[in-house]
Amino acid sequence: MKILVCISKAPDTTSKIAFTDGNTKFDENGVQYIVNPYDEWYALVRALEIKETSGGQVTIITVGSAADEAIIRKALAIGADEAVRIDADPKDAYYTATQIAEYAKTNGFDLILTGKETINYNGSQVAGMIAASLDFPLVSLASKLEVNGSTLTLEKEATNGLQIVEVSLPAVVSCAKGMAEQRIPNMRGIMAARTKPLTVIPAVAVEEMTSYVGYEMPAAKSACKMLTADQMDELVSLLHNEAKVI
Amino acid sequence: MSVLVYINSQNGLHKAALEAVTYGKKLGEVTVITNGQADASLLASLGAYGASKVLVDRSVQSDDDQQLSNVISAAVTATGATTIVFSHDLIAKAVAPRLSVKLKAGLVSGAIALPAADGTVKVNVFSGKAFGVVKVNSASRIISLLPNSIQPEEVGGTATVEDFNGQAGEAKVTLKNTIKPEGDIPLPEAELVVSAGRGLKGPENWGMVEDLAKALGAATACSRPVADIGWRPHHEHVGQTGVAIRPNLYIAAGISGAIQHLAGVNGSKVIVVINTDAEAPFFKAADYGIVGDAFEVLPKLTEAVKKFKASH
Repeated sequence: MKILVCISKAPDTTSKIAFTDGNTKFDENGVQYIVNPYDEWYALVRALEIKETSGGQVTIITVGSAADEAIIRKALAIGADEAVRIDADPKDAYYTATQIAEYAKTNGFDLILTGKETINYNGSQVAGMIAASLDFPLVSLASKLEVNGSTLTLEKEATNGLQIVEVSLPAVVSCAKGMAEQRIPNMRGIMAARTKPLTVIPAVAVEEMTSYVGYEMPAAKSACKMLTADQMDELVSLLHNEAKVI
Repeated sequence: MSVLVYINSQNGLHKAALEAVTYGKKLGEVTVITNGQADASLLASLGAYGASKVLVDRSVQSDDDQQLSNVISAAVTATGATTIVFSHDLIAKAVAPRLSVKLKAGLVSGAIALPAADGTVKVNVFSGKAFGVVKVNSASRIISLLPNSIQPEEVGGTATVEDFNGQAGEAKVTLKNTIKPEGDIPLPEAELVVSAGRGLKGPENWGMVEDLAKALGAATACSRPVADIGWRPHHEHVGQTGVAIRPNLYIAAGISGAIQHLAGVNGSKVIVVINTDAEAPFFKAADYGIVGDAFEVLPKLTEAVKKFKASH
């Protein structure tokens, strides 16, 4: 089975979030980029598990600049076989998804995996857009994935609980918690990653359907009002009269 | 302006659906598109929130994203809508991106407010640590509204309900089984949430969390370690890798407030933190704090809530 895993860079969870250029750009100063955790822990590791049990090949793909090769090598060190970088600034989800779909169209993947969202833009858009461009079915926010020949059985979050669904390959799946456990790359993986193939391909022309024109920080929280365990009537009254939430 | 609002009506009309209709009404003339077997009288009640017409495709029973995007797309053609509104729920996360590609309409995910005068829309980014301002460059736009960002408003009025054939096609994803969650209130939509962490020392002590939740009419939630060690089900886990919520009130007992937990709850309007450790980082994000033992504070708070409810 040929599996394509889409990875994105994301600022490390503990990064300070700030903006520059009149609040129009993310301030990358001092920011450590990591592989977006949902892409790495769930999509990539599950792809490797499938390969280990049923054979196949795992390709990772990202849309980004040469500076993103550190996260590509990390994903290769965890165990992906090869990497593709589409050399472009990932302007929005549609731009990114279209680039990936164009590559996938000519390279015949059975299964395309993404994380459920990135931790910086939280849009949950790319998987659905890739599925639409390729006319593949999508299973979103899957927490379990089993392969039986050319059929997938998945567990996914739904508005009315957990659903067990089946879908035929080829398909796109966005991966959420439960899918797999994080893997730490070992020294052999890190050494091997240096020589694994990384193909850089040019971007195709895609219109920019949405643009981020600015950013804002939330208003600072006023100081926390401290109460004691014996002031619960007062707390309830504050929640009712001051905060107006009950 | 003609606005199309997709709502999920499979399990009654949730507040999130009313919010989406209210949001649409503020932008123009609202047609609602939905699917399934909801009663026509129930759907007609959306008129009170500003819908003029409700189209319902009875043939689509599941939430298959290809079928739904076909149906919504047909409704866009039928109404000439240039703005499509979703509530940013699990259906929207699958369907809206597909529709965006199909219609070549820019998608704004996780909107928290109405569009500004210049048409830009504010969204949550960086897991709730900042807001982004998004400009849509395409002729049509899709806005997926975060639950609990605006309140439903009754404007009076009635809606006509019409059966609609959206040429859904075949479902490619087959539903085999649904496992219903425990609890009555879906966590992402809950206005009040009571949550607890390792400070509760064991699953046998969750009764007092449930008692407070019941007294308030709140949903229950938990921190990641508690879900990971199996004290509580995973669907209750709020935080960066679990569910992100933005209730009006979030009460956290015995949770220290790690940055990954805050990422899932920092959109809450009011946060109450109960912790034995006065240095717990959660107090910095809280509006009200009690340094104390959850075993003492929670029952006292439950009593106070009951007393309040009895007199109001």
